[in-house]
Formats: sequence, C-alpha cells, structure tokens
Amino acid sequence: MDKVQLLAGARSALPIIMGYLPLGFAYGVLARSIGLTVLETVAMSVIVYAGSSQFIAVGLLAAQASPLTIIFTTFLVNLRHLLMSASLVPYLRGVSQPLLALIAYELTDESFAVATTYYQEHQASPYFQLGLNFTAQVAWVTSSLVGATVGNLIEEPARYGLDFALPAMFVALLVMQLKNKGAWLVAAVGGGLAAVIGASVPGNWHIMIATVVAATLGVVSEKWIPKS
Amino acid sequence: MDPKILALFLGMGLVTYLPRMLPLVFLSRRPIPDLVLRWLRYVPPAVLAALLVPELLLQGGEWHFSFGNAYLVAALPTFLVALWFRHMVLTVAAGMVLVVILRGLL
Repeated sequence: MDKVQLLAGARSALPIIMGYLPLGFAYGVLARSIGLTVLETVAMSVIVYAGSSQFIAVGLLAAQASPLTIIFTTFLVNLRHLLMSASLVPYLRGVSQPLLALIAYELTDESFAVATTYYQEHQASPYFQLGLNFTAQVAWVTSSLVGATVGNLIEEPARYGLDFALPAMFVALLVMQLKNKGAWLVAAVGGGLAAVIGASVPGNWHIMIATVVAATLGVVSEKWIPKS
Repeated sequence: MDPKILALFLGMGLVTYLPRMLPLVFLSRRPIPDLVLRWLRYVPPAVLAALLVPELLLQGGEWHFSFGNAYLVAALPTFLVALWFRHMVLTVAAGMVLVVILRGLL
C-alpha cells in the first residue's frame, strides 16, 4: 500500500469531482422521478457506476422496457471500456491480478483519461489509480444520494456552468495528449468520425468505431509522419 | 429493495464490469506485440476526441452548428486556455465561466 500515491490519485480526481457532482445529482433526481427508491437510486451508482448508461437505464425503466433490453443496452453503451482497459495494460504490468480486478471495477472514461495523461509524465502506479478511481466513485455515489434526497431543493446546476465541467476537462486532457503530429491526426479523425457516425447511426457505436479507426490510422501514419 | 430491481442492477453491473476487467486482468500477463503497443498508445487521443467532439457538435443526435450552441462556442477559447496553460483545473474553471457568460449573451 502506498499512501503517497493513493493521495496523489485522490487529488487528481478534483476535475472529475467537479464534473460528476452535477451529473450524479441530475441522475439522482431523474431516478427518483420515475419511482426508484433512494436505496435503489444509490445502489445503481454503487453496482453499475457508469454515468451515461445509468441515465439510459432510467429512461428505459420509465418506458417499461424488459430487463434483458436494459442489460443489453447497458452492455453496448459500456463496451467502449474494453479499449481503455486494454490501453492501461502497458502501464500496469506486474500488478497482481486481484488488484487489477479491483481497479477495473471503477474504470470510467474520466478516470481513464486523467490516469493516462498523468502516466505520460509520472511513473504509473496501481495505488495512484485506486485513489483516483475510488475518489471519483465516492463523488458519483454521494451526488446520486444528494440528488435522490434533496434534489428538488437545489437550483439548476447549468446556471453555474457545472454541466460544462466534464467537456472542459476532456478539452484539457485531449490537449495534453497532443504531443506530436500523429496524435493531432488521430484526435482530428477520431473526433470528426465520431460526430459523423453519431449523427447518422443510432446507438452508441460511434465512440468505439471512431476510436478503432483513428488509432489504426495513427499506427499507419507513422510510416509517413516522422516521429517527433 | 425490490429483488427484481436488484437482479437488474447486478446484470447491468456484470456486463459493465466484464469489458472493464477482462483486458486489464488477462492481457497484463502476456507479452504484447510491438505493433499492438503502438496502436494502444493512440487510443487515449482517439477516444478522448471521440467522446468530446460529438458532445460539442451534436444535440440529440442532430448537428447543432449555431452561435446558440454555448458548448461549441465555449470550447474554442477553452481549447486555447488548455493549449496555453496546460493546466487542468484552470481549464475547467475557464470553461465553466465561459459557458455561463455565453449563456448570458447568446
């Protein structure tokens, strides 16, 4: 156990917390509004812990969708984590499998993005990752609980720009990834393609398809873009 | 808690956990070919852009190009702040302030 790394991870979760608070809150309000109890609302944030799919599940529950439909939709929406999990492998080599299994439980878009950016300039650490992941989930669960209990008492978070905290965090993290021409190319293609597919194909496939195509193009481009 | 709801959450949790866990736990013990390692290195910029750009350009699956799109208009100066300062909390704060100002103006 490495306390310094755990704390460094927890501190690095700050932008994620800023982003999760309004989202978790909104989820809590929404879940209560379709008839889930406070316990059920919080349980989904503890057990599933995947923002967008929790919103979708609430929508599907409200529409009386069958459990299998909800589970399958959740699977599709969260399948993109496969790529993030794989891309953490080179950083966390040699870490014990139970510890990796624990880290994986709280792997989200946001914790992945913050961690890989951090690992470009610091030694990767499973304890940094745990501190980061755990703090982020605590923020998510807590804000779900607050939304579920006193949601109707608090004003619209959009008034304070809180809804833009996560997009702004992704802007900052993306910029930190843009270290060479190859990364710029990959980001431009990945982003553009995701938007085009997102606008034309229903469902959540655009993120995975765009990621796979853009990363492949990145490798191919190494042949004609000199590494800098 | 309604047992049916609990069963539903456990099912959702399982199908969410497996893709998060399987590559990390089972690839970490195997040698990874150099080509795959290079490919994996491009995943972060690719996936970050793929998550961010649709958020800025689309609304409910439709293109949303207008000055009324506060996310899009705020993202450009936020991007410049990020490029210039390379500081995450500062960028997030600048983005939030920008979006509030823009909503007041647009």
